[in-house]
Amino acid sequence: MSDDLLVVEDLEKHFPVTRGIIFQKQVASVQAVDGVSFTVKPGETLGVVGESGCGKSTMARCIMRLLDPTGGKVIFDGRDITNLSRAQMRPIRREMMMIFQDPYASLNARKRVGFIVAEALEVHKLGTDAEVKRRVQELLEVVGLNPEHYNRFPHEFSGGQRQRIGVARALAVNPKLIVCDEPVSALDVSVQAQILNLLKDLQQDFGLTYVFIAHDLNVVRHISDRVMVMYLGKVAELAERDKLYAAPKHPYTGALLSAVPIPNPEMGRQRKPVVLEGDVPSPINPPSACRFHPRCPRFHEGHCDVEEPPLYSFSNGHVAACHYPLERWPLTAEEFRKAQSGPTGAKATAEAEA
Amino acid sequence: MALLEVNDLKTYFRTDDGIVKAVDGVSFQVEKGQTLGIVGESGCGKSVTCLTIMGLNAKRNTITSGNALFRGEDLLTMNSRRLREIRGDDVAMIFQDPMTSLNPVHTIGRQLTEAVLLHRDVTKSQARARAVELLKAVGIPRADRRIDDYPHQFSGGMRQRVMIAMALVNDPDLLIADEPTTALDVTTQAQILELMNRLQREFGSAIIIITHDLGVVAETADDVVVMYAARIAEQGTVDEIFKRPHHPYTWGLLGSLPRLDTDTERLVQIPGQPPSLLNPPRGCRFHPRCPYVMNVCKQEEPELKQVTGDHDHLQRCWLDEQTKDREAAKLLHASMAEATS
Repeated sequence: MSDDLLVVEDLEKHFPVTRGIIFQKQVASVQAVDGVSFTVKPGETLGVVGESGCGKSTMARCIMRLLDPTGGKVIFDGRDITNLSRAQMRPIRREMMMIFQDPYASLNARKRVGFIVAEALEVHKLGTDAEVKRRVQELLEVVGLNPEHYNRFPHEFSGGQRQRIGVARALAVNPKLIVCDEPVSALDVSVQAQILNLLKDLQQDFGLTYVFIAHDLNVVRHISDRVMVMYLGKVAELAERDKLYAAPKHPYTGALLSAVPIPNPEMGRQRKPVVLEGDVPSPINPPSACRFHPRCPRFHEGHCDVEEPPLYSFSNGHVAACHYPLERWPLTAEEFRKAQSGPTGAKATAEAEA
Repeated sequence: MALLEVNDLKTYFRTDDGIVKAVDGVSFQVEKGQTLGIVGESGCGKSVTCLTIMGLNAKRNTITSGNALFRGEDLLTMNSRRLREIRGDDVAMIFQDPMTSLNPVHTIGRQLTEAVLLHRDVTKSQARARAVELLKAVGIPRADRRIDDYPHQFSGGMRQRVMIAMALVNDPDLLIADEPTTALDVTTQAQILELMNRLQREFGSAIIIITHDLGVVAETADDVVVMYAARIAEQGTVDEIFKRPHHPYTWGLLGSLPRLDTDTERLVQIPGQPPSLLNPPRGCRFHPRCPYVMNVCKQEEPELKQVTGDHDHLQRCWLDEQTKDREAAKLLHASMAEATS
């Protein structure tokens, strides 16, 4: 327990929906993140996947305390940071940094690259001007940019280079944890490969820990040690990378995996994706019990819409919130629709003990 | 005769910094009922190619040459009245970003019926019925009610489906889809691709799909054009391109892809950035980024030549065939070995 770098317990973030101008009263709440728990070990990469609107970014912002969670706990490096004041948070912010999605929007267009990368160093008063400059040039070199570009503006760089600046900025204060929120989704494949390789190299060289958020399952598989699948603010499944991709248990994970196009025409033609109907429902008024039930091909009336599935555990650390988990993988479309075994409960716990 | 035949298409833009050769000598054909995939990085000219075919570039700064024969008629030189008749009727386009390509101040019903009323001699209620029918076809629930909604009342995936419905409302013979699924989640992407496939089966339309996602191309296209820096680097059937890729750029694209069917610790990265089209490199345009670069590559640009033994497969590279076969086999072997293990 104590050797986990990040522990998130039952994290909850509800945004109020209000009516009225002067006398605002809350009429509903957007349950963006609703009871998410997980841990991250030092040096590990936890991948987080899910469709847009499933709460992955809100979760990241709550971990970073850029948003204040409405419930639950975030324990970073053995310290509960959920209710720390801004002043108390400041030294901790050195330890956790973030890389943002859009390299065009996340760099201040009016500041020079040197300033952007050095800002955190200056805020935390790390070193004299000369030391800061040396450190920044060193960082630019580490991320594969020319240190001479110190005085350039962000617009002089391409998308991939800008994302490298974002990486250098995150590295500046030697953080332990880096939360990457869709760091490569705005980039072309060839440039995306450059950034992914860079992130992997940096992890090895500096012993970094990543929480890596993406909607691209290929990318997440490539970089992660463990993967968490989110659906409408809840954890659908959490497992080691190879387990999750080779033997998904939750039908949602199965549907996601089968929807990924394979860049191999022959295999692609044989593949029959499980096409989910409809869209992700609104988190203002999420479906009862299992939130996936209106779209689930294995929906059992009177069970899935009445009793919320807990996170059943399967073999070591593999958990999935489903009453009727997938028996094996891959499944044909019919098998996918028809659950062979009954409700999980006893079976899963027995399996976990074995 | 092919449905669409593009010959030596060139689109140059006059800018303050000089002439940008955005498309520089591109030729391809699309047959009825076939799907052509155009892949390449951003800025390689794939979107401009299609905008030019549709006559959607700003006239003032554009220099266009070559021709684009649609059923034998040249879309590039035809007068604007005739072009308006064809556009939205025989040839339709799905734009990349549904958030910005729908008009936010009109209901989607109004935007959908506009195209019908322009091209068909129908009453308003007939046009509306047609719009509802199409919305149903693209899988929008309660289409007869949703038709009076505004774009902001739809989610991203549904907006993209509205765009598709709009493009299909007059049963086009040729559908140009510019990154139709790039902004969408995988599950929605699967729905949209499935839908486009079904519509192609039902109406027998030809589709040009522009994307940078090789997975999408592998699943939907019959023929593939790989573009690099305003030119075609390689062109062939989808099986040929994925099984026997002949251009180092295609190898790079395939290698840089993290994929579910293989297991690689490290991705192959294409070093550097795509070149500026204001001032493209001398010789082969890919040579500054190419790991196999030779002296001749820096001096002279290779021609788009046939691959021996396959007249449908064209490539633009100086490397000898043996080296290419070896490298392609290596790439393929790696992915096969890992897929089976």
